[in-house]
Amino acid sequence: MTRNILEVSNLSMRFGGLLAVNGVGLTVQKKQVVALIGPNGAGKTTVFNCLTGFYKPSGGTILLDGQPIQGMPGHEIARKGVVRTFQNVRLFKEMTALENLLIAQHRHLNTNFLAGLFKTPAFRRSEHEAMEYAEHWLERVNLKEFANRTAGTLAYGQQRRLEIARCMMTRPRILMLDEPAAGLNPRETEDLKALIGVLREDYNATVLLIEHDMKLVMSISDHIVVINQGTPLADGTPEQIRDNPDVIKAYLGEA
Amino acid sequence: MTRSLKPALFSALLVWAVAYPVLGLKLSIDGIHLIVENASATTVTVIALCSVLMFLRVLFNQQLSKAWKSRSGASLVSPSVSNFLTLPSTQKWFIIGLIVLAFIWPFYGSRGAVDLATLILIYVMLGLGLNIVVGLAGLLDLGYVGFYAVGAYTYALLSHYYGFSFWICLPLAGLAAAGFGFLLGFPVLRLRGDYLAIVTLGFGEIIRLFLRNLTDLTGGPNGISNIPKPTLFGLSFDRTAAEGGKTFYEFFGMAYNPVGKVIFLYLVALVLALAALFIINRLLRMPIGRAWEALREDEIACRALGLNPTIIKLSAFTLGASFAGFAGSFFAARQGLVTPESFTFIESAIILAIVVLGGMGSQLGVILAAIVMIMLPEMMREFSEYRMLMFGAMMVLMMVWRPQGFLPMQRPHLELRK
Repeated sequence: MTRNILEVSNLSMRFGGLLAVNGVGLTVQKKQVVALIGPNGAGKTTVFNCLTGFYKPSGGTILLDGQPIQGMPGHEIARKGVVRTFQNVRLFKEMTALENLLIAQHRHLNTNFLAGLFKTPAFRRSEHEAMEYAEHWLERVNLKEFANRTAGTLAYGQQRRLEIARCMMTRPRILMLDEPAAGLNPRETEDLKALIGVLREDYNATVLLIEHDMKLVMSISDHIVVINQGTPLADGTPEQIRDNPDVIKAYLGEA
Repeated sequence: MTRSLKPALFSALLVWAVAYPVLGLKLSIDGIHLIVENASATTVTVIALCSVLMFLRVLFNQQLSKAWKSRSGASLVSPSVSNFLTLPSTQKWFIIGLIVLAFIWPFYGSRGAVDLATLILIYVMLGLGLNIVVGLAGLLDLGYVGFYAVGAYTYALLSHYYGFSFWICLPLAGLAAAGFGFLLGFPVLRLRGDYLAIVTLGFGEIIRLFLRNLTDLTGGPNGISNIPKPTLFGLSFDRTAAEGGKTFYEFFGMAYNPVGKVIFLYLVALVLALAALFIINRLLRMPIGRAWEALREDEIACRALGLNPTIIKLSAFTLGASFAGFAGSFFAARQGLVTPESFTFIESAIILAIVVLGGMGSQLGVILAAIVMIMLPEMMREFSEYRMLMFGAMMVLMMVWRPQGFLPMQRPHLELRK
């Protein structure tokens, strides 16, 4: 099992005179958890934005299953199976948890106008399946009792879990988590770690994540990519990264 | 208390300052005396009384609000009642009751009342349509009246030049308005919020000016008159039928009754409004309806989930416009005359007020608000100079007491099997 799902090479992103990302490369294989780390302002989220089509990269190639996807609009990349969460949770706050999950299944649903107007059996079935799938995932992330609560009223940790569940509803090829543990307490972080484990074991999910919590990163990642000031700094297994002098220098400053 | 003395005095003075122009008082010089014109003794007494009341109200503001809070838990309607009123099942039964009543009462009502109800139904249709755009998709559209005009003129022109009947033109008018919605939507939907509002406002005015200046085709400011009324399967409700046709009364062997026409128009409007209500109600529960709301909540999240924002916005805009087109063609049929002056900005403002007043997204709310907004000015014709003042006051009061509208939308509650 060494097929590359995502292959990024020489990615760069320029905002006017500022070169925010310069020559970053990374490879994600199926069922791997890859972490992207680096000090604040290193350009991690910019890399994410380029991969998910929110920015048009200025250079480099992004291959998803061997197909180039750089420069495509965000919603099309998402349809191809690259789905992300956000650093600051972006749920549909006025809608219920369940509705949030139903929206994510939009393109798998029967959107025929007449079918919906007359509630044809096909339409009912499709809605019913969507509900069941949503219910299944609500159970998975322990939010079933909150299904009909508006998402904005959930606790922060619950919102984070709901956002991950929402991504899983789209049946992604690769799940991208932008600082999933930010703002979580140690227990919630443990839950998150368990959840990512479940995603990988039971759902064959491939995960690319940005994270500052080193304990979490070191314990769940198969592979770590470090970037500093937009340029790649190191790349390897958790053990290699832990002992890399450049990484230590970038994080702690020169001794 | 001494602290509120100054604002209290100021408020009392303000009452005079407002009353002076509004009630048309006029100061003039008579010899060496300064006299107040246009003011009977009662008017002055009432103003004085009001200013005294205002003075006391502001002076004891804190004590009053404290007393109010302690007395009534700060809400006019208890939470359980309010929740019951907004439950979907309650709303459903309420709506069914209303529909039955709506079909029966015109046969017993007065001609004027039925006519007014027809007007209200037109605004219900418009309100429901705009509700899709503003309430659900969250796109502030100030030029909605433009689509209304397109619908009205589609019927007027087709019947004037080609003699098409109302029932053929109705879907065509909807399509034409939807087409305009689509055309406008393409360039402007990348705009958001204020910018979108300004562009749509401009669009509404452009349509009106266009119709006004295209004199050869649309008759310019004179508009198009003698637009035929709808018929019932070819049976007209006029006193005498056009050649080749028959009137309803001849066909059924009844005596001519001038009220019949009004009632028929009302029933057509009712059926159209109900159809709009049904279709939009279904749309809300379809994936596309959810997507509209999701887009209003967070466009970026929508994109990250693979929803194409352009298509979703465009569908909201186009569908909303098509309902304005239906309403417009009916309006043309009812009036028998369309002029560009029927489609001024104030119409857009009224429709938008209906949506906001009703509670964004709530359909029953829109219906109630349409009734209030159209009926109040008609009922209080004597106060017609103060119409705008009343609208303003109503809006301010609503914002203070129920900022979420009369009947805010209740989320469709999805039951999960335990």
